Amino acid sequence: MALKTEPFAVNIGPAHPSTHGVFRMRATLDGEVIVDLEPVFGYLHRGVEKLAEERTYTGFIPLTDRLDYLSSMANNLGYCLAVEKLAGITVPERAMYLRVILAELQRIASHLIAVGAFLNDAGAFMTPILYMIREREKILDLLEMVSGQRLTYNFMRIGGLSQDVPEEFLPALKKFVDEMPRWIEEYEQLLKENEILIARAKGVGILTKETAINIGASGPVLRASGVKWDIRKADPYSGYDRFEFDIPTGETGDSYDRYRVRVEEMRQSVRIIKQAMEQLPAGPVRAQVPHLIRPPAGETYTHIEVPKGELGFYLVSDNSIAPYRLHIRAPSLINLTALREMVLGWKIADAILIFGSIDICMGEVDR
Amino acid sequence: MLNAVSFQALPPDWPGGFWWHWLVFTIIILAFVVGMVMAFIYTERRAMARMQARLGPNRTGPFGVLQPVADAIKVLLKEDIIPNKADKLVYWLAPAVAFTPALMIFAVIPFQNGALLADLNIGILYVAAVSSVTAVGIFMAGWSSSNKYSLLGAMRDVAVVVSYEVPLVLSIASVVLIAGSLSLNQIVVSQTIPFILLQPLGFIIFFLAGSAEINRSPFDLLEADSEIVAGFHTEYSGMKFAMFYLVEYAEALALSCIITTLFLGGWRGPFLPPWLWFVIKVMAVFFLMVWVRTTLPRVRIDQLMALAWKVLFPLALLNLLFTAIQVLAIPMAMSWLMIVINFALAVILITLWARLFKVGWGRVEV
Amino acid sequence: MTVVLSGTEIAGKLREKFPESIIDAKPQFILVKPESLLEIATFLKDAPEYKFNYLTSVTAVDYYDYFEAVYHLTSIDHNHSLVLKTRCAREKPVLPSVVRLWQAADLQEREIYDLLGITFEGHPNLKRIVLWEGFQGHPLRKDYLA
Repeated sequence: MALKTEPFAVNIGPAHPSTHGVFRMRATLDGEVIVDLEPVFGYLHRGVEKLAEERTYTGFIPLTDRLDYLSSMANNLGYCLAVEKLAGITVPERAMYLRVILAELQRIASHLIAVGAFLNDAGAFMTPILYMIREREKILDLLEMVSGQRLTYNFMRIGGLSQDVPEEFLPALKKFVDEMPRWIEEYEQLLKENEILIARAKGVGILTKETAINIGASGPVLRASGVKWDIRKADPYSGYDRFEFDIPTGETGDSYDRYRVRVEEMRQSVRIIKQAMEQLPAGPVRAQVPHLIRPPAGETYTHIEVPKGELGFYLVSDNSIAPYRLHIRAPSLINLTALREMVLGWKIADAILIFGSIDICMGEVDR
Repeated sequence: MLNAVSFQALPPDWPGGFWWHWLVFTIIILAFVVGMVMAFIYTERRAMARMQARLGPNRTGPFGVLQPVADAIKVLLKEDIIPNKADKLVYWLAPAVAFTPALMIFAVIPFQNGALLADLNIGILYVAAVSSVTAVGIFMAGWSSSNKYSLLGAMRDVAVVVSYEVPLVLSIASVVLIAGSLSLNQIVVSQTIPFILLQPLGFIIFFLAGSAEINRSPFDLLEADSEIVAGFHTEYSGMKFAMFYLVEYAEALALSCIITTLFLGGWRGPFLPPWLWFVIKVMAVFFLMVWVRTTLPRVRIDQLMALAWKVLFPLALLNLLFTAIQVLAIPMAMSWLMIVINFALAVILITLWARLFKVGWGRVEV
Repeated sequence: MTVVLSGTEIAGKLREKFPESIIDAKPQFILVKPESLLEIATFLKDAPEYKFNYLTSVTAVDYYDYFEAVYHLTSIDHNHSLVLKTRCAREKPVLPSVVRLWQAADLQEREIYDLLGITFEGHPNLKRIVLWEGFQGHPLRKDYLA
């Protein structure tokens, strides 16, 4: 006689130690297996797109910091590139190279947190994430030297940077870049071949290539599924075509591949920073732009590769001091489309792990 | 020669009569448990912190030694919240039911030759029997909390405890075969060579199975912070939560004491008084547990079950078989031969199992 | 470099296949009628010389008299991109949904429904996404004063 069981609904989140922000998942469980999952978000919605219509172009830059608050420099860069494209402003060479250096430093910092949080969700009780936070502190020290802030920098301006980097920055950056590969080796040693991690993450939460392209995934999620698509190579911006770097891809698209892709990307970022430091020219760091920028009427869609994926700004201007419409194409929101598919059939522990491996930031999802 | 004086056995009703013996040892055990639990909490927090590149508590008292006291006071002063729909009697009884067996185990652990509350001649069997009752307490806690997360945690716990009893008892059986007696005091007395050398595989199996029984990393999915918030004790606060916290460390202490007694030679050792050796060995075993906790990620529930039934259980059976063969075939004078054979066996079997068995299955079709 | 395909060229080819469906074609975008959006989108996705298999973004703008939905399409294989637009009247904001073609539109169309009030026919789960269920009004409209 079969035992009569019925599925029951469990709420994971919004205030949960592992959901990377305020995110709620309504899961229907049959025993331990998830048979249905519905993501609910919007707890951090601040109406950023509506606010853009009331701020000036320059006044909106601090709000871009708070979109994906773990990679503020990259968000700044995307927005400034969008406005510069619309207004036809050319950025001086030194500013271009410095922007690349700052964006890549930010990529390393964001990936450190992403990988650390992933390993924390796998249960390694804070040890990996604390080691990675130790390195991230060095990056935050560098960025604080430059902008005075540790998290939301508000450093890039339309036309370049807000000011030049201080003299201590470049020697400190050189020291960091020389040491970083050794630290990445240290993390790898402990966890790359770890039996338990491989048993938890390999083959778990597979996102196939066709599904990844269909749902518009981008960033490490797309690349781990085997698609070699990186905006820095496909549609270079801010001088990325002058640097040599590889694009790591995975094969199967499981959580383990996403973790490996992020670690490899950190290595490539170090490579890019080294090349940018060698080629750094002297000169001004900001083009001459008026205080209140009025781009001519028109529209543009500009996208850049932030650590989480492809961040796009669709900007419509009607020749006034504020944008007519600004839409932010958030990578975290679109990467979440496949969450239900990836999680069905696995257990709760896996759901948390898969969700951690997608690496989202609620500031971006809700805007 | 050096050990002759300290290894003299204490008479069974030292200091004078049955009730005095009982009273003195009850006080000793209570003091030992409370003191060592505090030392364990402190060690865990400091050692784990140093391994994680940070400092750990160092403000309360010199070197942070009074941290567990501060924790205890904080927890005791918290408001005792009882959920509305909780099953009141079961909810109230659960911490007591969970804590009592953990304390009862210490009645048979020898601190010195003959210095134990009751030298039962079925010592280790008593330990195995009593330690399972804690699972009942934990299940009562999860069930009565009327919270789905707690229920999930409690269900997992029952499954884990039942599954891991088997390899645990089998590895105990191997030790008993070599020692020739179930009494813990006898087992220590007969360890002229520490049994860890004679039973390396048994030690590993016992350590893993014991860690799973007391829900420590890497098998701590019952209190996995990142998954089901706090498992079976989500709804507990105040004194009852303190009891569960105490249970966790008291069980860790009990496991360390049993491992010391069975495998490391209990109170044996030169120069220092025997009870001091006992404490040192217990701390060493606990340090190993903290080390493992800090380093490894957590396994999933189905992988945990697979580990118990597909890996540890057959290995424990094979260990028992080979130990029995050796005890019959090799006389005690040639015990170095046993050491060599056992180490070789451990290496071969573990490598073989790692190649052959896949731990955990994958996705279930919904 | 991603080649941004010129709208006028593509419109020329599309006019042969789908007469009467293109309202306007500039180098930056192609404006189509809402009724023929799905067939044109299907053609653009499947035709081997275009193969727009990646929907980069779906968004909508409020232009006082009408709403305009903007689709940014990209082809990963050929590395070119195109902008597709369609309009609907403000009084009757209904548009066909492209979820069957690109699942990327799933959450983005829900967001447009939530913030601007455009209903997408054929969407399996058109509920509010960033605002809570009882919210009245659509904040991103120009007449919603915050």
